[in-house]
Amino acid sequence: MAKLPTSVDSIIEQYGPHKGYTPEGGFKGVHEPDKLVKTHCCFCGMQCGIQLKVKDNKVVGFEPWMEFPFNEGRLCPKGVQRYLQNNHPDRLMHPIQRVEGKGFERTSWEDAMSRTVSEIQRIQTTYGRDSFAMLSGVSLTNEKSYMVGKFARVALKTKNLDYNGRLCMVSAGAGNKKAFGLDRISNSWEDLKHAKVIIIAGANVSETFPTLTHYIWQARDNGAKLIVVDPRMTPIARTADLHLPVKPGGDSALFGAMLKILVDNDWLDHDFIDNYTSGFQETIDAVKDYDLAWAEETTGVSAAKIQQAAELWGKADTSFLLHARGIEHHSKGVDNVLSCINLVLATGRIGKPYCGYGTITGQGNGQGGREHGHKCDQLPGNRDITNPEHRQYIADVWGIDEKDMPGKGLSAYELVEAIHRGEIKGLISICFNPLVSLPNNNFVREALEKLEFYVCIDFFLNETARHADIILPGSLHEEEEGTVTTAEGRVVKINQAVTPSGEARKDSDILIEIAQRLGVGDKFAYEKAEDVFNELRVASKGGTADYFGITYEKIEKNMGIFWPCPTEDHPGTPRLWEDKKFRTPDEKAHFNPVPYREPSEVVDKEYPVVMTTGRVVSQYLSGTQTRRIGKLVDQYPEPLLEIHPSLAYQYGIKDGDAVTVKTRRGEATFPAQIVETIREDTVFIPYHWGGKLSANQLTIGTLDPVSKIPEFKVCACQLVPTGRIASIKVKDTAYQSF
Amino acid sequence: MQNPQYNQQMEFFVDMQRCIGCHACEMACAECETNGQESMIHIHYVERAVSVQTTVQVCMHCEDPVCANVCPADAITKDDFGVVHTANTSRCIGCSNCVLACPFGVPIKQEKSELMMKCNMCYDRTSAGKKPMCATVCPSQALFYGTREEIEKLRPNSTPVNKFLFGEEEVNTKVNIMMPKGSTELRIHP
Repeated sequence: MAKLPTSVDSIIEQYGPHKGYTPEGGFKGVHEPDKLVKTHCCFCGMQCGIQLKVKDNKVVGFEPWMEFPFNEGRLCPKGVQRYLQNNHPDRLMHPIQRVEGKGFERTSWEDAMSRTVSEIQRIQTTYGRDSFAMLSGVSLTNEKSYMVGKFARVALKTKNLDYNGRLCMVSAGAGNKKAFGLDRISNSWEDLKHAKVIIIAGANVSETFPTLTHYIWQARDNGAKLIVVDPRMTPIARTADLHLPVKPGGDSALFGAMLKILVDNDWLDHDFIDNYTSGFQETIDAVKDYDLAWAEETTGVSAAKIQQAAELWGKADTSFLLHARGIEHHSKGVDNVLSCINLVLATGRIGKPYCGYGTITGQGNGQGGREHGHKCDQLPGNRDITNPEHRQYIADVWGIDEKDMPGKGLSAYELVEAIHRGEIKGLISICFNPLVSLPNNNFVREALEKLEFYVCIDFFLNETARHADIILPGSLHEEEEGTVTTAEGRVVKINQAVTPSGEARKDSDILIEIAQRLGVGDKFAYEKAEDVFNELRVASKGGTADYFGITYEKIEKNMGIFWPCPTEDHPGTPRLWEDKKFRTPDEKAHFNPVPYREPSEVVDKEYPVVMTTGRVVSQYLSGTQTRRIGKLVDQYPEPLLEIHPSLAYQYGIKDGDAVTVKTRRGEATFPAQIVETIREDTVFIPYHWGGKLSANQLTIGTLDPVSKIPEFKVCACQLVPTGRIASIKVKDTAYQSF
Repeated sequence: MQNPQYNQQMEFFVDMQRCIGCHACEMACAECETNGQESMIHIHYVERAVSVQTTVQVCMHCEDPVCANVCPADAITKDDFGVVHTANTSRCIGCSNCVLACPFGVPIKQEKSELMMKCNMCYDRTSAGKKPMCATVCPSQALFYGTREEIEKLRPNSTPVNKFLFGEEEVNTKVNIMMPKGSTELRIHP
């Protein structure tokens, strides 16, 4: 039974989200903290260094950490306010269980654990091992990510484990593995500062990675030209030398047309192409008909701007191409990524100073989390779960028989589809809020309601957890030691500042106890996080993501180590590919032909407007944390429908009017924000909210065939003006996800 | 006022072009113990309907501060380092003269406390050799605290300007605005 046990109003009343604020004079003890703990922000992939002020086992404030080299004290509003997740009134302090008609009631750890384990055993005995699934997330440290991967395969013995990185940068990971045989940004951010041309494609850098902005500005101080590809004029696009306002879904056509211009003008590095790559001819054959007239029509970007962008890129001495979810969240996300990589390879600007390429990984541990185990097709060290040698190596590290290791499971959205079909009956989740973050979430809700048993580990009762049978209170970022790997591939140390409040436990202790109760405690005999890390080092050894030479001591001493780092005397690798030996079987970088194809849903008479989704600076992912921090909520209280004045005029929509957006999946009503900073044919809605204001009620569940990423960034919609001005009451309560 | 750690070479620079409108500065400013969770720096859209450009409003620390000159209670003072301090709570009568007089529209009367409050350049931090909180956290470094020599080297395409002309009225400030290379003044027509 995973339906809501009582009304959503009464669940919210008890468990929030409520807005937490700092008292006027600060939290008690903020001016004489017991200690300052050097750690990192709990949010995005930048992993800015920060010091937390601790008083009486509570985080009461922060102090900038000036010495940490990436951000030197700089923080975004989320970073400044991150300390407020501690000390929060909504914090789950003890296990709770669902009671029909009442909501949730307190239970003991013993009862919660024994019921969880007996339900796992009942479902697996009745329906088979794979009928119990696990969903995880990459806000978890490397240690916890590794442990989740092992827990699912060794304790639950299910193949069906996947994670929220599936909604993040998997298209980039898949594209990078195809092209380079390895999944990591090629350079540290330092190389950005001196690149002469920078392309930022589908990355709202200043809102989603604010602290990276400084590096872009430094590059421009040094003479860089900035090209931004985005359907909206984002803050980073505002001052770009060239803003290409691409039509959502047109990315690979744009990059394909640019490749053709490079070829036609011979702005190519023939030496690099001939000696260090493969697949060039097939790749340029695929774009031979992509002339400027076709490109202008397909991408919605003027031919002159495409030509100019290609010329800037083609003639540059040094360059850096960055992309993020804007080009990756597509049913052709991998194609879009490969079409970017083709531009980099054609000009040979990789593996050299100030020449780089990469995805900007979104989540805090999006990089490390995806390397070490909670991906349905992957084993630690970025190994392949279908490769017999890889399986054998990891089976040996784990002390199990290779035959007992489950195979490749379903990806996150496919897993929800399997729940909906009734094939998966039980679920354990940690650090994932699919009811807000997955597309077409009315379908996700129906799936959740079909589960026979759902246990959730989290520190707040997120929207998905409202459907759980049992909620086990886990740990906040600052309550457990570990490491994370930042978007630039730097492994950094997360230091524990406080112990979990109330009866809450460390996530790893919860997983260990369930494993013990499932009879495999001997495989999880860790006393501390470092024990897990040391096992991870061995498990990653020889894999592409090799951490073997990284130790806690080395990380702290150097403020982070860049993998690969195969031996203890190895300094780490901030810049990849200087030896031009790629990790593909033939050691070459691979061009990949990208024939253009359309998004899965295109506009028609019935649904005539393009809809896209994204983020705002004050919120993070599904908002489980940031919709509980008062000032972050107040900065942007409710999702607004960004719409161009000419499109608004066609519908008679005025600024602040309530407009219903309908798609083939659902409908929702948002206040119109009329702005010239968006394409005339496209509307934009940020996705951080749940309930009736969730943009993901509207998005489409089509997946990329390779990466299985959903197409969040483009679908077709109708606009229906309600004739009313948007409601203040809705605005004031939007954060709660009614 | 002697303070060996206060480095008089350090100046405050604002570059509106770099501002990304994230509001980190406001949140960080409000953390200061003397501000009671109110920010003394404010970020506004210039005109959101046409652009995402934002602008920074913070005390410019005038050489000849009008706010202090018009204060009937002598509550606002400028110190030897050129920092114009927020109204002395025991003197401020909440008359709002300073609010009306400031050419940059900076001071705000806090209605609940009947007091004027404004930025004092994080005196507690800057006098201890640290940067002001807003310039420390600013992720785009639209707010920069350092020496003039440093910023001129780091940002060769722009020049700091601290002379403002409001019609015929000249105002010189301790805080600098970054303008296109070679600029010498910012002329604001009435």
